[in-house]
Amino acid sequence: MTAATIATGTLGRSRVAVRLVPGLVLPGLVITVALVAAVFPQLFAHGDPTTSVGTSLQAPSGAHWFGTDSTGRDLYTRVVYGASQSVVGALVAVLVGLVVGTAIGVAAGSAGGVLDDVLMRVVDVLLAIPALLLSLSVVILLGFGTTNAAIAVGVTSIAVFARLSRSEVVRVRVSEYVEAAYGSGGRGVVVLLRHVLPNSLTPVIALAALQFGSAILQISTLGFLGYGAPPPTPEWGLLIAEGRNYVATAWWLTVLPGVVVVLVVLATNRLSQAIRGGVR
Amino acid sequence: MTALLTVQDLRVAYRTARGDVTAVDGVDLEVAPGEVTALVGESGSGKSSVAQSVIGLLASNGRVAGGSIRLGDRELTGLSEREFRSVRGRAIGLVPQDPGNSLNPVATIGANIAEVLRIHGWKDRVKTRARVLELLERVDIDDPETRIRQYPHELSGGMRQRVLIAAAIALEPALVIADEPTSALDVTVQQRVLDLLDRLRSETGTGVLFITHDLAVAAERADRVVVMRNGTVQESGPADRVFSAPQSDYTRTLLTDAPSLTQVVVRNRPRADATDTTGRSGPPVRSDLLVVRDLRQEFPRRGATPLVAVDDVSFRVAVGTTHAIVGESGSGKTTTGRVVAGFARPTAGTVTVGDTEVTALRSRRALRDLRRTTQLVYQNPYGSLDPRQSVRRIVREPLDNFRIGDAAERSDRVAEQLRHVGLAPEIADRLPRELSGGQRQRVAIARALVLEPRLVVLDEAVSALDVTVQAQILRLLARLQEELGLTYVFISHDLAVVRQIADTVSVLRRGVQVEHGTAEQVFDQPEHEYTRQLLAAIPGRAGPASVQPAQPATPAPQEPQEQQEQQEQEAHA
Repeated sequence: MTAATIATGTLGRSRVAVRLVPGLVLPGLVITVALVAAVFPQLFAHGDPTTSVGTSLQAPSGAHWFGTDSTGRDLYTRVVYGASQSVVGALVAVLVGLVVGTAIGVAAGSAGGVLDDVLMRVVDVLLAIPALLLSLSVVILLGFGTTNAAIAVGVTSIAVFARLSRSEVVRVRVSEYVEAAYGSGGRGVVVLLRHVLPNSLTPVIALAALQFGSAILQISTLGFLGYGAPPPTPEWGLLIAEGRNYVATAWWLTVLPGVVVVLVVLATNRLSQAIRGGVR
Repeated sequence: MTALLTVQDLRVAYRTARGDVTAVDGVDLEVAPGEVTALVGESGSGKSSVAQSVIGLLASNGRVAGGSIRLGDRELTGLSEREFRSVRGRAIGLVPQDPGNSLNPVATIGANIAEVLRIHGWKDRVKTRARVLELLERVDIDDPETRIRQYPHELSGGMRQRVLIAAAIALEPALVIADEPTSALDVTVQQRVLDLLDRLRSETGTGVLFITHDLAVAAERADRVVVMRNGTVQESGPADRVFSAPQSDYTRTLLTDAPSLTQVVVRNRPRADATDTTGRSGPPVRSDLLVVRDLRQEFPRRGATPLVAVDDVSFRVAVGTTHAIVGESGSGKTTTGRVVAGFARPTAGTVTVGDTEVTALRSRRALRDLRRTTQLVYQNPYGSLDPRQSVRRIVREPLDNFRIGDAAERSDRVAEQLRHVGLAPEIADRLPRELSGGQRQRVAIARALVLEPRLVVLDEAVSALDVTVQAQILRLLARLQEELGLTYVFISHDLAVVRQIADTVSVLRRGVQVEHGTAEQVFDQPEHEYTRQLLAAIPGRAGPASVQPAQPATPAPQEPQEQQEQQEQEAHA
């Protein structure tokens, strides 16, 4: 009982403390670098990602940090410029999932009844199709390209966002403070915006951070399979795909871009956990 | 007689983000064999920490920082987890607080009790089963042969608590710790469970350390009493002495605030019954603000006849008076309150507030207009306030919703309302989690009153609060009623509280209104057997005749209003 009192007393402070723990500094740094590189790649690399700068298949060295690829392009420059393709693509994907999914979920959760049933059955159908198959179908319908690949990836996450936001809205909607808000004369939409959404979106935001990581991975998958950006474009998945013929002789072509992808995905995972843990 | 349990100068500290916090600071207490020592205190007083130290179950960030705990002549502080395991169950039994969560839901009653025996080396299944049956019989559970195969969800709260008691006494420990064993139970059930504990104690000579927030229960059941506050002992001694001649101010406050022991609320108005025509400030003839007629609420059940939650309830409430709806859990009292407040539509019957027939309102717009005359205050102030909004925004919200006044006017009314309920202005910028339970309930009341309603439905509005806070809120409600001419529908399971504040009373039992009348009639000449049972079950009634606080503690009937205000303000300083 006493412990509980103490815990509530310090909650406000400890939440700030959680944000500053060292374990979060590194992921934060990784994501910041990735985002800056996506917008201003020239800050990190001076060359041109599509022109050849020397002999092909050089090992990593001081001049070429990540080595060079089969046509002599600097791999580090290509990875840096690839950030804009992958990170921006992932942002688009998450945005598609977040906006459409949350809209569906909130509508279903707050309206209830027939609308809820219909929307959630559609979502169930979406969930039943394997994510890769779904994104491949969408990208084939829309045509190849970075943006289309991003939208295709976003479509696969609509179902997850819809289910999560619906369950949160349903949880908050039956809480006493929402009923009390109606009791104070609040109208449906006002109560939804003022009480239900602020109290139900935290887990959804945490999921968005998590999806950001997996979207990078999925876009890379589509790039690897050749459905994303066309070849000369430096995109992370494509880079790995291009390097796979040389795994035996030039390991860095697959391993180093792979490490970058892994780092960014792990960092977003960590961030997502912090968002969820910090508020609960 | 040598003490069974001796706690000396016990200190317990909890490790937190802000360093160590001392929760228990120098507590001494004794439990003699065959006697009950009650450890009384409000939430946060450290009473549970003491109990947890004795049985070695402090939270992982807590530790015994000093002092000694001796069971017989064995020192318990500093025992390893392994050594403690042989003490728990065998030498010390624990009856936990919440019977709903303390049994394994996927194991049968038999398996739940047998677990204690099994842990302590009972191998023989036949003997174990025989012992479990014997225990169930001892705790008065009917038909043990059937119950032993049932699951916890098939049993009522009182029965589950009996099962937990059976598990606690399975190995005949010398000491039983009962941590608020009846707080989650209805009064009549509470009485039977306490009687059972009493009987077992006298049969076996077990010592009982009884943790409770309820002074009346302690007065009735304990031999010795230890009163705790903020981790320190305020007073300890034989129960008779503590209650008849309390030494510390805090004990006196507790005694004056305990609704079952004294008059907590001094209501300056003459008690009005439904036909009273002598209201001083009101119109010459008191008219009824609320009329409830033949209310019936059914809830459909799949594949069964509908559940009748409320069955033909009728009452009238005059302007400026308080009508109490009393009943145990499942009696339909909350359902009735929700119908009155317009949150549920009854199956049949009518509710009229003023000139409005609430039950005939169909459009959302009309229901919304009803909010200006009728407001509901919830039981749990932790759940009824939006955790992300400041107190100011919470209290302002009804004004925003109805577009009352301009921005400046709204702020003025919020400030005025906070002052009304006795909250300091600087509290307006805080979030609900930064407030105490009593402060939160004040905020909830301020929100209900900011629209200047005529009828306020209070659904167990003081049940979740400590006695001293409860007394403050009751006084606040009485003062607001007098100042603003409010009419209350007061829903409660606690007859002692109801007696303090009600003018008229309805007693509900399983949805049926078994008794209805003025508070005097219902309390002094109850007509229905069930009302008599409820009254008899109020703890403190059967206690020693000496359980009346000493003179300075009794509020004089003409205690000036200022003094009450003073007390309320102090509590929030």
